[in-house]
Amino acid sequence: MTESPCAWIYAIADEAAPVFTGGPIGVGGGAARPLSAAGLTAIVGSVAQSEFGEAALRQNLEDLDWLERTARAHHEVIETVAKERPVVPMRLATVYSSDEAAAAMLRKRADDLRQALTRITGRSEWGVKGHVAEPDDSAAGRQPETGDSASGPGAAYLRRRRAQLAARQDARQEAVVGAQAVHAELSRLSASARVYPPQSPEIAGSAGVMILNAAYLVADEWAEEFGATVTELAARHRALQLTLTGPWPAYSFVGQDGTEAAR
Amino acid sequence: MTYGNPATPSSGTVRRSGVAGGPQTANLADILERVLDKGLVIAGDIRVNLLDIELLTIKLRLVIASLDTARQVGINWWESDPWLNAQAADRAVEKSRDQQELEDENRQLRSRIEALESGEGNGGTRGD
Repeated sequence: MTESPCAWIYAIADEAAPVFTGGPIGVGGGAARPLSAAGLTAIVGSVAQSEFGEAALRQNLEDLDWLERTARAHHEVIETVAKERPVVPMRLATVYSSDEAAAAMLRKRADDLRQALTRITGRSEWGVKGHVAEPDDSAAGRQPETGDSASGPGAAYLRRRRAQLAARQDARQEAVVGAQAVHAELSRLSASARVYPPQSPEIAGSAGVMILNAAYLVADEWAEEFGATVTELAARHRALQLTLTGPWPAYSFVGQDGTEAAR
Repeated sequence: MTYGNPATPSSGTVRRSGVAGGPQTANLADILERVLDKGLVIAGDIRVNLLDIELLTIKLRLVIASLDTARQVGINWWESDPWLNAQAADRAVEKSRDQQELEDENRQLRSRIEALESGEGNGGTRGD
């Protein structure tokens, strides 16, 4: 079997894509480089078949450490290019057997790709996550206890426990209402918005219950306003702990659903 | 908008987690979510069905684990995902779980208190 390298595609940019000097180091340790065809430029990297061929890739993707390394490298290249110009990020593991095969794809999909580029030009993706700000259990338990010495410590415990659970329930309810309000308001400032299922705490590495996980495509001239609004909303909805991430390359707005979101 | 400038830290309770600050500071879950679930999908001629991989590892970790949490909270309002939507029926059950738990605990504690208090009443005679 010949060991000719494969072409890993990071992103698609317009024709005047940068010629990297030294290039950002990408997946598999190779430098990212431009590959032009049909008036578009793919940002590609050469990867070894032994690691990124079909069978190897399938196996490697199941290795969380490998996956993390690769995902971060993929993202880093896309982000570097996105600083310079609009790019359409490709999903992880978009691999062609050769540069020629990748160029053929550019020619075949040129119209779609140009549309996607237009959609995200001058805009960035911002992520907003909301966690329930859990109430302090001890605070709920310290509610004034009126004349309970007669009913004994058991009953007092029950009352405290009931107050704790009620407080927790209230906080969640309030956070849910808050999350909906936050999403509605931020959507108004966005060209497009997406709501995703919450991330599990284990992989997100965060404590607490996530109830809002959304992405917003925001015009760059509105970015400041968007950030300020998030701050304002956080102050208004105390039951919610908001996290703002970004700007991201427009990952969430170039996929299949992206067409319908174009505006 | 420049990607190079870290977002200005703001007052109040908004956390900012850096993307622009460097890839190492960006949360792994945020990155995985984007590069695996989003981004333009064009099948290369080297084909790996990411869905298989996703179902086995990522989707399980990112989504399913959090469904429980979602139901505990009593919402799944991002229910554009039909698969998530199908779980809606279970929601009511889950929602009342806290209440049920409290009632059970309540009952148990009451009978325990009763037992203790009646035990206390007999304490003098039993001890002798």
